[in-house]
Amino acid sequence: MTAAVPPLPRPRRARGGTLSTARRREGVIAIGMAGPAVLLLLVFFVIPVGLAFALAFTSARLISPTPARFVGLRNFAMLAEDPVFLRSVLNTFAFAAVVVPVQAGLALGLALLVNGRFRGTNFFRTVYFIPVVTSMVVVSIVWTFLYRKDGLLNRIIDAVTFGHVQGPDWLNDPSTSLAAIVFMSVWQGAGFHMIIWLAGLQTIPAELHEAASIDGVSRWTRFRFVTWPGLRATRTFVLITITISAFSLFTQVNVMTQGGPLDSTTTLVYQAVRSGYQQQQTAYASAISLVFFVLVLIVSLVQRHLTREKD
Amino acid sequence: MTTESPRSAPPSARRGLPGHALRVVLVLFFSFPVVFMLVSSFKPDQQIFGDLGSPRAFLPVGSLSLENYTAVFDRVPAVRFLLNSVGVSAVTIVLGILVNSLAAFALSRMRWPGRKLLLTVVIATLIVPFETFALPLVWWVSKLPWLELNGFSLTLTEGWLDTYRVQVLPFVANAFSIFLFHQYFQSIPKELDEAALIDGAGWFGIYRRIVMPLSGPAIATVAILTFLPAWNSYLWPLMVVQDEELRPVMVGIQYFFQLNVSWGQIMAYSSMITVPVLALFLAFQRSFINSIASSGVKG
Repeated sequence: MTAAVPPLPRPRRARGGTLSTARRREGVIAIGMAGPAVLLLLVFFVIPVGLAFALAFTSARLISPTPARFVGLRNFAMLAEDPVFLRSVLNTFAFAAVVVPVQAGLALGLALLVNGRFRGTNFFRTVYFIPVVTSMVVVSIVWTFLYRKDGLLNRIIDAVTFGHVQGPDWLNDPSTSLAAIVFMSVWQGAGFHMIIWLAGLQTIPAELHEAASIDGVSRWTRFRFVTWPGLRATRTFVLITITISAFSLFTQVNVMTQGGPLDSTTTLVYQAVRSGYQQQQTAYASAISLVFFVLVLIVSLVQRHLTREKD
Repeated sequence: MTTESPRSAPPSARRGLPGHALRVVLVLFFSFPVVFMLVSSFKPDQQIFGDLGSPRAFLPVGSLSLENYTAVFDRVPAVRFLLNSVGVSAVTIVLGILVNSLAAFALSRMRWPGRKLLLTVVIATLIVPFETFALPLVWWVSKLPWLELNGFSLTLTEGWLDTYRVQVLPFVANAFSIFLFHQYFQSIPKELDEAALIDGAGWFGIYRRIVMPLSGPAIATVAILTFLPAWNSYLWPLMVVQDEELRPVMVGIQYFFQLNVSWGQIMAYSSMITVPVLALFLAFQRSFINSIASSGVKG
């Protein structure tokens, strides 16, 4: 480039040679810019996901002098006969089956309650959102205290029923432990999805609501025929994200119960961590991960399909 | 309620008292554990249990002191854990903004081979939860090599366990951040690029001087959405960090909790790692809420 050459008015319309050089330059620079992200995604996402598939069919251990061997379906055969694993699948499904509808419903209720212009909207939204910015580890620790036999929750139950009902030892009783974790998890997560629902509600044109209220339509009818159909995209998103996070249940269990009592709160991810990390059986943990992966995939696809068909 | 006129009153005002009562009850429901935690952190253990039967449990009354806090600092290197988490979060945020915005820039404004492939991988990572490949990833990072500079000689070491980098690097490239930047960059007119190219600017100059300065809201959103999981990270450091020197706050409190020494101290430690985040949230409320909302709009 010399000063004598006037700048080209539009690089894209230049002669063939210049065009392809510019294109090639653009390509090289783009690859350079995307390079770090591509490399990191390759090393920390693509390869580990591939490894989950590959290692599940081997005898790999976390720290082992002998190299991993191919063992076919042995890990899966062991899984099928592992009662604790089967219990963890059951618990994970039970947890998700309750948390998904309850949390989605509660969050929608909250969103409807604070959607609108009145004094203090912001205050209410902020307070309902506080559990979301509190870490799950801290939430689990505080609730462990609340759930004690002589803890706050049972004191409240005692006061409200004038001593007629005695609360159980929530986390140490196999019949209440999972329910206790469900309740706390919904409490922690509802605010997050309230915000998502609110964002969805705000995409519904106000004229629709105005038209409906001028026509004297009842509030329920308005919800049924204006609000609900308008939330279709949001609905799919909320259901899938809650389902995936419900299936990933780990922190609460690890902090509060370590899977107990009597395996009543053990979950898929908890079992994967136990075998893959504590017992160093990477291959077995990979097999669990693979089952988990397939379950998440199936449930997401089914939900996407169902929510699509209804409307 | 039957003679309401829709013109004079906005719909929400008509919900009136029952709705408002419900909202207030919900305020108590969503705040009581956090209030209890904060209040108890200043009370001696005996009083925490003594106050349980009355509303005093939620009130800063009785003998209040900072003793629980000083005891936590005496027992464990809590300052070290806090600094570890601040450092890991900060580096993850800065690298995340840089790496993901560069990738999004290349994706949204430039033509190059491999564009489609990257988009596919990005979309795949959005639906695969971290927990599905966390265990194979532990095995993988225990084998990864690293170049270490010892004085003047470079040595090749194996294994990333017990390092800071293993807490940062897996979380830098983030599909959702790329996605957010990509969406935002699309809204910045491409004519600006062409004009700049004619003026002799390079692609990197366009990124640095035109696109990034216009992307404040996207940067804030990515920063917040990177900060929360980084600060709260638990499962991952639990498995890959044994060294107490490198331990982040959430793993630190888990070990402290297992010692089961004193509830007052546990509440003090809990408050200590929660209040900074709450303060940030209250200060940047609008950005926090918008970040979360934006995560839903384009799921």
